[in-house]
Amino acid sequence: MPVADASSSPINALNRTDLTAKLAAKLCHDEAVIGGIGNTNFDLFAAGHRPQNFYMLGSMGLACPIALGVALAQPERGVIALEGDGSILMSLGCLATIGMVKPRNLTIIIMDNGIYQITGKQPTATHYGTDIVAIARGAGISDSLWVRDGAHFAELIERPFTSGGPKLIAARIDDQPAPLQTVRDPSLIRGRFMKGLGTGRGGALDS
Amino acid sequence: MAWSEILLDTLKANAVRLVTYVPDNVLTPLIQGVVADKFFSSIVATREDEAVGIVAGAWMAGLHGCVLMQTSGFGVIPNVLASLVVPYQIPAILFVSERGTLGEFNLGQVLVSRTMRPTLDALAITYHTLADQDRLHFMVDRSIKQAVATQCPVAFILSPLLTGGKTFKS
Repeated sequence: MPVADASSSPINALNRTDLTAKLAAKLCHDEAVIGGIGNTNFDLFAAGHRPQNFYMLGSMGLACPIALGVALAQPERGVIALEGDGSILMSLGCLATIGMVKPRNLTIIIMDNGIYQITGKQPTATHYGTDIVAIARGAGISDSLWVRDGAHFAELIERPFTSGGPKLIAARIDDQPAPLQTVRDPSLIRGRFMKGLGTGRGGALDS
Repeated sequence: MAWSEILLDTLKANAVRLVTYVPDNVLTPLIQGVVADKFFSSIVATREDEAVGIVAGAWMAGLHGCVLMQTSGFGVIPNVLASLVVPYQIPAILFVSERGTLGEFNLGQVLVSRTMRPTLDALAITYHTLADQDRLHFMVDRSIKQAVATQCPVAFILSPLLTGGKTFKS
């Protein structure tokens, strides 16, 4: 097994906090966003809470399956899964499932810094060359692209989230942590999310 | 009426339209029934935790679903139960075909099956062993309604007494 120093950032790396803020600013059709465990959902939270955001506090690797479920239940809504490289490596099978089901309203965004950042920056397989975009294409998600730079990311998220999917966008990012952490209250997160998707049961309790 | 037909009717009566599964021999008639019926959307998942994740997302977005798996598949899902389904109060409906008992021939299945009920107990997840066809509709129908009303998951363990199980072919 190779052991490499993962402390150096990739060349021309983007920044997750910045990309997530750019994405959040683009969302104007109540798109659902599923934030994967760790810094991925911390940055989603930091970009400003929206009722259509769902923050995972566990179940590592399941942002894409959860997003797939939302996309199937509400085919008219754009749905976005935000995942880190460590998380998607844990559940590569879900890319095959999404490549098979082909939900047109699902976009996956992978923030790849080549490290398990939150556990101490241990290198992931992508650090040694595993290519998430190539895997996604091989899994049947033909519209899978590496982000070249900030302008390219802006271009890619300009496309409609409700059609043309499934899409995967992968960005090589630096090793900066999110500026703050998500409020860790699962039932509150679920209740607010369901209200945001129009499926809450609260009635008068919600007003 | 076969046990699988009773289950399909009960799912329909409770508007459980999405079925995710990892295949299993014993569950074959149930899976075939789901795939053949346009009422249901079915997805074969690569892992059982993925199958649970899909159903959790769908539930929050207004589509009720259930997961089909075998006993060894249950061994894959304690983390998703403990960190997603239970704390986020998702009324996931789990059907587990029971291996490891009443004529099991694979020691690995015997051992993994011993972890299932203690895991469900530890997480305080309601479960029922389905062994009697005459009570099948009542138990599943009432339990699905309870899961939805109380926003809690429920697991159904399909005993070989109900399904015939999988037997050793020499």
